[in-house]
Amino acid sequence: MAAATMVRALNQALRDALDADPKVLVMGEDVGKLGGVFRVTDTLQKDFGEDRVTDTPLAESGIVGTAIGLALRGYRPVVEIQFDGFAFPAFNQFVSQLAKLHARSMGKIRLPVVIRIPYGGGVGAIEHHSESPEAYFAHTAGLKVVTPSNPTDAYWMLRQSIENDDPTIFFEPKRRYWEKGELDVSAAPLGLHQARVAEPGADLTLVAYGPMVGLCLEAAAVAAEEGHDLEVVDLRSLSPLDFDTVQASLERTGRMVVVHEAPVFFGSGAEIAARITERCFYRLEAPILRVGGYHSPYPPSRMEEEYLPTIDRLLDAVERALKY
Amino acid sequence: MSREARLIQLLTPDGERVDHPDYPLDLTPDELRGLFRDMVLTRRFDGEATSLQRQGELALWVSLLGQEAAQIGSGRAIRAADHVFPSYREHGVAWCRGVDPIDLMGMYRGVTNGGWDPAEHNFHLYTIVIGPVALHATGYAMGVAKDGADMAVMCYFGEGGGSQGDLSEAFNFAAVNNAPVVFFCQNNQWSISTPFAKQSRVPIFQRAAGFGFPGVRVDGNDVLACMAVTKAAAEHARSNGGPMLIEALTYRMAAHATSDDPTRYRIAEEGAEWELKDPIHRLKTYLINERLADDTYFADVEDEADELAVHVREGVRSMPNPHPAEFFDHVYAGEHALIDEERAEFEAYLASIEGA
Repeated sequence: MAAATMVRALNQALRDALDADPKVLVMGEDVGKLGGVFRVTDTLQKDFGEDRVTDTPLAESGIVGTAIGLALRGYRPVVEIQFDGFAFPAFNQFVSQLAKLHARSMGKIRLPVVIRIPYGGGVGAIEHHSESPEAYFAHTAGLKVVTPSNPTDAYWMLRQSIENDDPTIFFEPKRRYWEKGELDVSAAPLGLHQARVAEPGADLTLVAYGPMVGLCLEAAAVAAEEGHDLEVVDLRSLSPLDFDTVQASLERTGRMVVVHEAPVFFGSGAEIAARITERCFYRLEAPILRVGGYHSPYPPSRMEEEYLPTIDRLLDAVERALKY
Repeated sequence: MSREARLIQLLTPDGERVDHPDYPLDLTPDELRGLFRDMVLTRRFDGEATSLQRQGELALWVSLLGQEAAQIGSGRAIRAADHVFPSYREHGVAWCRGVDPIDLMGMYRGVTNGGWDPAEHNFHLYTIVIGPVALHATGYAMGVAKDGADMAVMCYFGEGGGSQGDLSEAFNFAAVNNAPVVFFCQNNQWSISTPFAKQSRVPIFQRAAGFGFPGVRVDGNDVLACMAVTKAAAEHARSNGGPMLIEALTYRMAAHATSDDPTRYRIAEEGAEWELKDPIHRLKTYLINERLADDTYFADVEDEADELAVHVREGVRSMPNPHPAEFFDHVYAGEHALIDEERAEFEAYLASIEGA
């Protein structure tokens, strides 16, 4: 067991995956000598060569499209989209090709492609560098969508994503990249698509994933001082989504607040609220509330702290849910 | 005009054999007759599919009428081990790859979005959205290069597809990776109603130079030239020469699709002019003039075409509708809880209304 950042954990996962399977390739803009703009691929090219860790031209559709082609040839490409807002030039490849080829071929074609996307805000970046586009991808049948919240999950979930045969969008919470956490790869990991109770509690469930799990844990600590015992569920996977774990939590607490950075409107919180309401209607003590970004383009960074969920906004929603 | 800019031709519209210094081609009489047979059979099942659409058996058909030489010439130029990425009108190439024409029609009937096993024929599925497949072909070719495999990858697109950004990205990725891919553009002059002049200011083949690899323009209605040029390009790719772009100048003699009405946007005289350059007619003239085929041979090919038409008609008409729940079958290769849940719900619903 050691303390490490998520960046370090992801780097180790890529290194181990490259070691374990010669078909694994790492590709993306600046992933080679530079080691990626976040250094997730640091020293991989030096150790595995340009043939396996490859700098691509600056073209996202080209990156995803050629990854599909390489997968058709039997490779397992792990490609990086440098920032969330840069995924859209490749949207056609994601939605119309990557997601659909397995079905189009009646199961003959498998595309074990992992697309790593650093996402989310709170880092003071310029436009297009702070977005949370996960709902677009989770809405698309054929894609799997996962996002870790801590270094150990980051390690295992990336290994598991690379090993699974479905195209997987791997969202990395960039504001958590440099936080030191526990990196313990000795224990057997959870299943890739299992949610986890990050903090048990009895009064209300906070559901979050990726960058918001840490915020929820902080909020739970503050709430505890006020006498509220909050449970925190880390979804880890958005498609498939482990509704059984979420349901079990709601059945314990009767109240739920879903938290994400992405805009609330048509966001993942809406899907969770609808499904859990359907499953647990008579157990609900309050409507399921959502806290997230607003229906505006991601704002300039001097405004982002107000736009993004904060502990206060989160606790405000908790208060409202508890008052029902 | 540079040598490259001239249209490469080995068989004139009048059926006269001419030589080209860079693209020699020496075919046996059997091979020449084979090309003729391929083109006739392809045109026949293509026409049969149009009829089947008119009869309501297919929802849509996209005819390759007029493009037989480009497709058969290039399709017969490559090896079985080469890998082909078609667009959605490559019925002649599919024929060369051994795909049963009936299997091409499943998607146009609406019973599948694919229809054949790409690995069985080294022939990828049709891709309806224009552009993205060029990157799949390029990525595949990058993999071929990594493997050091002795093969070429063929990528078909049209002059309209050339306007897609994915084509430019594919050209660039192929070039910087020296990928063994042959980009084969069938410039059939029309993207639905948009003429080539509105599509591109320069001939498609000239774009290759900007990306750093060779491009050539070939008479797309000349099956021999298409074959010779494709053979050379595929060999160029296999021998580590990198990508090459071929622009085959041809003409879409039918509508874009069965739902299209070309009389709204192009004049009949244009079609009549291209009929004089018909790819099948000119090879037949050559075979007759050189005494490589006689009336018995041509009658045999016609008989074979009739049989193929029956095969297609019967095959399409007897194509069953899939069971509704099959749309859950191959969404994911692995487990997905939502699929299981929705399938169970849907099947329970179907069972509940059964016999109602």
